[in-house]
Amino acid sequence: MKLALFADIHSNLEAITACLSHAKALGADRFAFLGDLVGYGADPVAVLDLIEQHAADGAVVVLGNHDAAALGRPDDTLSSHAKVTIDWTQAQLGDKQRAFLAGLPLSVRQGDMLFVHASAAAPEQWIYVTSLREAEDSLRSANASYVFCGHVHEQKLFYMGADGHPMPFRPVPGTPIPTGKHRQWLAIVGSAGQPRDRSNKACYALADLERERLTFFRVPYDFPLAARKIRSAGLPERVALRLERGA
Amino acid sequence: MLEPGTEIDGFRLGDVIHAGSMATIYRLTGPDGPLPLIIKIPRLGPGERAVNVIAFEVCRMVLGALPQSPHHPTLVAFGDVETTPYLVMEHIDGTRLDDWVQRAPNAPEEIARLGATLALALHDVHRQDVAHLDLKPTNVLYRPSGEAALIDFGLAHHAQYPDLLAEELRYPVGNWVYMAPEQVVGVRCDPRSDIFALGAMLYQLATGRLPFGNPSSRKELRRRLYRDPLPPRAHVPATPDWLQEIILRCLEIDARDRYASAAEAAFDLANPSHASLSERASRRRRSGLGALARRWVRARRFEPAPCPPPSLQSGPAPIVLVAIAPAQPEDALFEALQDATRRLAAADDHCRIACVTAVPPAASLSGERYEDTATGRHIKHLVNLRRWAKPLQLAEERVTYHVLESDKPAAAIVDYATMNEVDHVLLGAPRDGTPTRLFPGVCAVVAAQAPCTVTVVRSRAV
Repeated sequence: MKLALFADIHSNLEAITACLSHAKALGADRFAFLGDLVGYGADPVAVLDLIEQHAADGAVVVLGNHDAAALGRPDDTLSSHAKVTIDWTQAQLGDKQRAFLAGLPLSVRQGDMLFVHASAAAPEQWIYVTSLREAEDSLRSANASYVFCGHVHEQKLFYMGADGHPMPFRPVPGTPIPTGKHRQWLAIVGSAGQPRDRSNKACYALADLERERLTFFRVPYDFPLAARKIRSAGLPERVALRLERGA
Repeated sequence: MLEPGTEIDGFRLGDVIHAGSMATIYRLTGPDGPLPLIIKIPRLGPGERAVNVIAFEVCRMVLGALPQSPHHPTLVAFGDVETTPYLVMEHIDGTRLDDWVQRAPNAPEEIARLGATLALALHDVHRQDVAHLDLKPTNVLYRPSGEAALIDFGLAHHAQYPDLLAEELRYPVGNWVYMAPEQVVGVRCDPRSDIFALGAMLYQLATGRLPFGNPSSRKELRRRLYRDPLPPRAHVPATPDWLQEIILRCLEIDARDRYASAAEAAFDLANPSHASLSERASRRRRSGLGALARRWVRARRFEPAPCPPPSLQSGPAPIVLVAIAPAQPEDALFEALQDATRRLAAADDHCRIACVTAVPPAASLSGERYEDTATGRHIKHLVNLRRWAKPLQLAEERVTYHVLESDKPAAAIVDYATMNEVDHVLLGAPRDGTPTRLFPGVCAVVAAQAPCTVTVVRSRAV
């Protein structure tokens, strides 16, 4: 069983399509979408419909802060660019998409796995897991062997040491990491739709649940097309540039 | 301790080969296979250290990642860490380096032979992003074929995997006798730590003594952050210059002052007459009080050298963009670009070649004949590019062809290079340096604005 994990898709149809076909080619048969399905990008409806189809087939989907904002829930932490794209997104969504978003949980537990957009310690507070302290809080509250999350756009793996403190690790794309379930792991799978680490390749991760291995991937996709759509939709130039530059 | 004949997952145990503080190793008597095998079972349970199980995980992870090689045992099978942890691996029937250590001082030529083979084995694992970090004379075996093999990767570091032992840093793990200064302060990612251990073992082979004694406290262990060892010649006056030079260079306190790679150490050991000698070669005593005092002050805030980046992060296959004008003004330039590309491709067999041409947008030019339509013209340019690249005889997957449509060829090339993280741009310029009508000033703009190295190619004057 191989579980593909996608986060921060941000209405980027080209990126999520490329990641999905990459994962399926590697034998992925389960899928999880870890929030921030919309915002920034120009294809909210197509992306939500695609994810809803996967949800109907059993995929895990959780709510992100941009998704909550698109439902009209106030969020003061969003940047001005993000707010502009959220207002635009709200106008695009139909009842079907709104109903799908409104039905999403903040976190999902399946066996020894916990899926959440930000920190498991307080999913609704959208805490960025960037330090050991936040990783430790999230791991402790999760009470699961694996915490899969997004929100932070760069790929990172934290693992709990025997002394009860997590250690950070920057994964090398394409290298399968043995992730035995006798330890606790927190994986930030990276942003599929808006990478920010100076690479314009989409991020996702693939967990081999039987062999207990986790592989982080970077997938090239048609970012010029995604950027062109953002420009034609009249969304901020900065958002389009970000896809081209990965920063 | 398990009785001979006990079976674990179908593996039948034989005699105990080694009973260490972290694990017990048994010979396997079955099932029969192509390789003689051993099984390593970590010591777990009440009273045993937590590091034992972590070392088991690390050993499994690192050996599992290394491809088959004579320089380390092949991992054959492993058990679940929670229920039945064990590792089954190749039994290396060799002589331990320890046997030579017992006979020290050894002849310099013998030390050079042992050291060079060991350094080559180290280089093999270092190239795969692995640092052993627990080298000692009992962890180095020489196969009957002559190659050195490293065993016991329980404390190793693999740059592409999380370092499960990092949490144990409060107490330096590993063998204190051979441990490098940076390991003393908790750095576990530097392959040059193994070069230090190599130096310590060579020292022992040459003199029969330990360069830093056998420290029993952390305070004693920290002494190597500032104290250099007695030169080997102080113990064995007949130590040749080159051997003392190599040993002391391996034992430098700052990793940057040691050999940059084990391959360099192997080269010097294999070619002693080529080893370049420094002041180290003729040293007769340790450094004086002045230097010692300076280093002691520095050691209080010891700053280890940064670890070299893992091989994969040093960048994937570089991309070379060759800009080819839609119609080359001179045949000689056409060939000069081919020559330059051929040389680059031969120098780095990983690099990829992107053949690019920039042409004015086709929309305005659609005509009656197929050759004049947008697609027709596009195909014509692709064919030209392929024709240009054909004599280079490069593997198909290394070459790509791109026709950029733009009124500003220079800007189009710069954009392409930026978007695709191109590492090197090659483009041709006419010999007399005057801009041609077809390619006006492109070289100047690309050279000024490209995000990478740009080489301007000219044909030789006849």
